[in-house]
Amino acid sequence: MPGTVQSIERAAAILRMLAGGPGRLGLGEIARSLDLAKGTVHGILRTLQHVGFVEQDRVSGHYQLGAALLHLGTSYLDINDLRSRSINWADPLAARSGEAVRIGTVLQGRVLVVHHVFRPDDTFQTLDIGALLPLHATALGKVLLAYRAARPGASLDRFTHRTVVGARELAADLDRVREAGWATDIEEYTVGEAAVAAPIRGYGGLVVGAIGISGLVERICDNRYRPHPRLVGYVRDAARAVSRDLGAARH
Amino acid sequence: MTERYVVAIDQGTTSTRCIVFDRRGQLVSLAQQEHKQYFPKPGWVEHDAAEIWRNVERLAPLALRRAGITLDQVSAVGIANQRETTVVWDRRTGAPVGRALVWQDTRTDSLVHRLLEAPGAAEVQERAALPLATYFSGPRLRWMLDHTPGLQERAERGEILFGTMETWLIWNLTGGLHVTDVTNASRTNLLDVRTLDWSPESLDFFGIPRAMLPEVRPSVSVLGTAKEAFPGVRIGAALGDQQAALFGQTCFTPGEAKCTYGTGSFLLLNTGADLIRSDNGLLSTVAYQIEGEPAQFALEGSIAITGSLVQWFRDQLELITTAPEIETLARTVSDNGGCYIVPAFSGLYAPHWRSEARGVIVGLTSYITKGHLARAVLEATAWQTREVVDAMNANSGLTLKTLKVDGGMTADNLLMQYVADVLDVPVVRPLAAETVSLGAAYAAGLAVGHWPDLEDLRRNWHRAAQWLPAMDPGLRASEYGNWRRAVERTFDWIQPA
Repeated sequence: MPGTVQSIERAAAILRMLAGGPGRLGLGEIARSLDLAKGTVHGILRTLQHVGFVEQDRVSGHYQLGAALLHLGTSYLDINDLRSRSINWADPLAARSGEAVRIGTVLQGRVLVVHHVFRPDDTFQTLDIGALLPLHATALGKVLLAYRAARPGASLDRFTHRTVVGARELAADLDRVREAGWATDIEEYTVGEAAVAAPIRGYGGLVVGAIGISGLVERICDNRYRPHPRLVGYVRDAARAVSRDLGAARH
Repeated sequence: MTERYVVAIDQGTTSTRCIVFDRRGQLVSLAQQEHKQYFPKPGWVEHDAAEIWRNVERLAPLALRRAGITLDQVSAVGIANQRETTVVWDRRTGAPVGRALVWQDTRTDSLVHRLLEAPGAAEVQERAALPLATYFSGPRLRWMLDHTPGLQERAERGEILFGTMETWLIWNLTGGLHVTDVTNASRTNLLDVRTLDWSPESLDFFGIPRAMLPEVRPSVSVLGTAKEAFPGVRIGAALGDQQAALFGQTCFTPGEAKCTYGTGSFLLLNTGADLIRSDNGLLSTVAYQIEGEPAQFALEGSIAITGSLVQWFRDQLELITTAPEIETLARTVSDNGGCYIVPAFSGLYAPHWRSEARGVIVGLTSYITKGHLARAVLEATAWQTREVVDAMNANSGLTLKTLKVDGGMTADNLLMQYVADVLDVPVVRPLAAETVSLGAAYAAGLAVGHWPDLEDLRRNWHRAAQWLPAMDPGLRASEYGNWRRAVERTFDWIQPA
């Protein structure tokens, strides 16, 4: 069995101390109690703060348990935060691809659309932020399923004759998504439409959402019924740019 | 042929950004750095101009690296800046004299009152087409000359230079070129809008030596070549941030308007080559000037506190941890519960212009939760927009048919829907939320021939989102009534000393 990771043990000790103590603790207090160098403790605290497990009081500089610890089971990233941080990358994706862009996250077994950019042709379109889409029949949903951000439902509803409704067939599809790093749905949700999506990752690589384009199948796909590699590249670039911003972000 | 790019420096109130744009006006990379806000006394707001320049120096190579491009691929640099923020520095050493006085700073309140009583005050306002107010940089410069020992004499001897942020940055970028653009100059109280140059009479009125003022140049023109940060690259434009946003939204035709939702919010309406003087609390301002062409003007409605109310909610009340969470919190309730917040933190700007007003929260009952407060925070921005639009429609004789929006707060879906609801017109967001930077890039690119003409820029504009009004007219009317009653309660709070 490989050895334990010392810094994680120390982080756990700090969290136990903060959970058991009377409230906020100073850096010096924590370091003395654990008999560790201040610099070591500071580094661990900074990391814990970055992931939201610890918060620092602005006035006293003391530390306490962070709100993220209380909500470990739920999404750590606020959906409006996700929209706000991805808006600068969703726009260029729409401009380059010429297609509508959506960003989705998981809500109660479905894809929640948290951001939508119109197809940039100035035709009449309606914002569908807040809409719920099926996981197994959309590119956004397949990304969320493939990276374990969501679990497939018990019954896989059929929307078109191409919708993947078999559990084993879907599992194989998700394997391909993980291998490729992106997902498609080609006339699986709406006849005549296709979509491409890629994962948005937060700190530590955790998938927190998906970003993708969708449009008429003849624009998204080539004559072999596969998405244009150029479009796939744009989607993946945008996903990486949002992820970089999320991973690098500090509060 | 390798692709060429334009870089915008957006020197804003809370941060400085360098943004690289491609030929289609799409964002390629962004580098951003916040700077420290100094609040030495209530109503005082200061920045360290040296820190801001250091940030530009650091951000420039970072933005290029993130875009994966080299300096020789940059056609031009454009500057958009926080307006009216006043910097004074030593011509020889380049060191700022004290901190910059920020546009939100109201320390010149009593000075402005005195100046308004002085002979010639009416003519100063007539020439500048601006009210004499704490908002503008002329009174700030007078305050600095009054409160820094020996500064007036040194300024008379030409040892001290004045500038707003674009002047300070261009001086540093070029190693000593002292210029401003007409849009920034039109916000000083010192410019004569007919000649588009400093008014000798107004300078006399303020007692400001001509020697310390920069040369006034068109906004869209090659102002110089950078030696620092972007060595060898031409500086193609400088514009006040709100004028830059108007340019970035390609509002080139009279009647076109945009509202930028940031720390404060600013609605600008293009009025063409004619300056329209406001009689109801709007500002006449230069929209832009392309070299060799007449200046274009705009009517402006300035709202002091919008995004900064959300920041206050986050940082001072600590009810949310990030600004976008205001929407999440607001959605926990279905209405404001009868609660209204009027954020007259440093008085009210357009259309009221009440410097003695201070903020209120009204309609508090034990029913009110933080969710209702969050709603009231967002609604305050929408109702302030409504007041400005009403004034603009009355003043210009034009009726706003659609509002183009941009800025960070356009990511707030609930707010944008509410703006459409209370204005009763469609609200549209272009495919580039960063219109301040984009406008600076467009203007700079236009100056060096990166883009051929305004029509070419206009073709880059596309609708990215649209919110349609969906509010019951009766509810709209009664909520507006409540809002106006709340506003009245902010008046006359600060008593004359």
